Amino acid sequence: MRRRRLTLTLSSALMLVVAAGCHKKAAPPPPPPPQAAPPPAAKPVVNFFTAEPDTINNGQPSSLRWSVTGANTVEVDNGIGQVSPDGRRAVYPTSTTTYNLTATGPGGTATASTTITVSTPPPPQPAPQPQGPTVQDILAKQVQDIHFDYDKSDIRAGDQPVLQADANALKQIFSMDSNFIVMVEGHCDERGSAEYNLALGDRRAAATKDALVALGVPADKLKTISYGKERPLCTDATEECYARNRRAHFSAAQ
Amino acid sequence: MRILTVSVLLFGAFGWLLAKQQSQIQGNIVAHPGKPLIAVPDFRGSGAAASLISAFNSTVASDLQSSPLINLVPKTVYPLQIPQQASDLIGGVAPPSARAVNPQGNRLSDWSLPPINANYLGIGYGAENKGMLVLFGWFYTTAPNMPSLQQAQVFGKVYTASLDQTGAVDAGHRYAADILAQFGGKSLVGTRIVFVSDRTGSKEIWVMNWDGTEQRELTHYRSISTFPSASPDGRTVAFTTYAAGYPAIQMLSIDTGRKLPFYNQRASMNAFVTFTPDSKNIIFSSTLAGGSAQLYMAGVNGSSLHRLTSSGAIEVEAKINPKTGADLVDVSGRTGLPQIYHMNMEGADVERLTAGTGEATNPAWNPDGDHIAFAWTRGFEPGNYNIFVMDVASKQTTQLTANEGRNENPGWAPDGAHIVYASKRGRQSQIWVMNADGTGKHPLTQAGSNEKPVWVNAEQ
Repeated sequence: MRRRRLTLTLSSALMLVVAAGCHKKAAPPPPPPPQAAPPPAAKPVVNFFTAEPDTINNGQPSSLRWSVTGANTVEVDNGIGQVSPDGRRAVYPTSTTTYNLTATGPGGTATASTTITVSTPPPPQPAPQPQGPTVQDILAKQVQDIHFDYDKSDIRAGDQPVLQADANALKQIFSMDSNFIVMVEGHCDERGSAEYNLALGDRRAAATKDALVALGVPADKLKTISYGKERPLCTDATEECYARNRRAHFSAAQ
Repeated sequence: MRILTVSVLLFGAFGWLLAKQQSQIQGNIVAHPGKPLIAVPDFRGSGAAASLISAFNSTVASDLQSSPLINLVPKTVYPLQIPQQASDLIGGVAPPSARAVNPQGNRLSDWSLPPINANYLGIGYGAENKGMLVLFGWFYTTAPNMPSLQQAQVFGKVYTASLDQTGAVDAGHRYAADILAQFGGKSLVGTRIVFVSDRTGSKEIWVMNWDGTEQRELTHYRSISTFPSASPDGRTVAFTTYAAGYPAIQMLSIDTGRKLPFYNQRASMNAFVTFTPDSKNIIFSSTLAGGSAQLYMAGVNGSSLHRLTSSGAIEVEAKINPKTGADLVDVSGRTGLPQIYHMNMEGADVERLTAGTGEATNPAWNPDGDHIAFAWTRGFEPGNYNIFVMDVASKQTTQLTANEGRNENPGWAPDGAHIVYASKRGRQSQIWVMNADGTGKHPLTQAGSNEKPVWVNAEQ
């Protein structure tokens, strides 16, 4: 505050001195001020030139983005050509490519470049030559149906060997394909009511799953469903056919 | 009595003289003893109605024939002269000289004489009027003490219907319903039957009129869709479908076929819906707690769930008493082979209704809530079901089918006088209807295999 007042006072004194001098002698008019020399033209400036992402897989797009000031023309190579000073462009290079941007203006030329690295994924592994049975083969041929007595859902003592063989085959399946899920289907013969059989088939599927889990088959790999008597294997009115239909059957879960 | 009765038919013309000497005898072998005898000669049609009248006549005859409330007098004993309208009838009793020959049909009292012996007479005719089919139907009592024809007339009505086969059938049902209403019959007009058919390749839910007409597919999921039930207000069908992979409950509007919201419990099985009388709540079977399917109650959209049974055995086919709304029957394996149990709406006060022999399934309440129809293997091989009716209070049972294939899934008509059921006579099952006393059995379906019929109340 104090300093500003001092400055003002000094300037006023200086003006008085100059004014006093003017009155003392008539000076010639001052020469016109010199023509202002044209300022040297500024070179264009590339604010940025980027690729996002700068690493892609073959076939994926990347986005080039740029911003240029002070240019009359802006060009990008690799077939893109003249572009506006600010812009973006999706590109699909199939191999690693360096894009060059050239900005030309009165003050000269500016360039920038950006590189998109294209990684080509390797071809899939050649299909494995079937060394042995597939999981589907094992499921269809080695995992046998479990059979039940009429109106019963407990595993018969005589079926323990079948159940053990099923457990072994299922464990093999899950070791070969950890994503594989098996559906345990409960089925009934045609004699009981369809309503009661739906619930009975549910019990048969659940009892079979429980018995397999007890033998070490992972529970989360087995789902259960009842078809009651809606999906019989055979439709003859014989005890042999009834016995075939009273079953837990194994299929690949959808 | 039986011998005399048979003689009446054997001796024909002379027979009536014999019967006259035994005038207290009713001259016809009757299907429903103690019920009135009714004569309804064929109506005739004029103009465009002429070709439609046989559909009307056969509908009336079929509806009356299948009712346990009356006995229809066979047309073979009717006189040659048939009155067609009220003004054709003559009152009073004919002089004995006129009665010496076969009775003339125009005198009302003639219809009460042997060999007709009718207590009531229905007459009328059909005509076309302004593009519509118009049927005039009268109904008279032949009781001898009526002072005039007017007082003998029970009703006289005009039935207007579309001028086609459907209209003639519809008018026939209405005329027959009006007659049966005189004897306590409730009309089935407007009621429908929901059932399961595989005629389009997979089990789908279908609906038809109660007389088997207008059969149409309600679902087309190409999966397994079965176990239908209907809300008492006649609007909603609930059923079980594998369309989403697992057996789950779905609700549809019967009229529009639109899906109604229902939340299925996360379970390997949700099935077998029964509605409360107000159509607002349901009971169904679910395995949501693991183990055997148990009964749960919920709102009609699946909300507000609570558990009813914890028997450890299979609990299916709950049916809420439609009269009381306070008790139910279901099928349970708690004592071994499936039997029918009775319990309250909390799953308590459990009582076994069936004797424990064979397998008893498919219970269905009558509208009065005092009888159940069910399927039972009693006296037959496993799987050889027949339809029985039980008086729930006394547990007395009556067998309605025998030696006619496998008969299952009985369902009562809203009139309490008919039962619809599935009968498998050969490789395919068909939907049949009978009177609640087991008489008058006739099929309603022919195409494909058809099962699980449910009689749906007229929409309220």
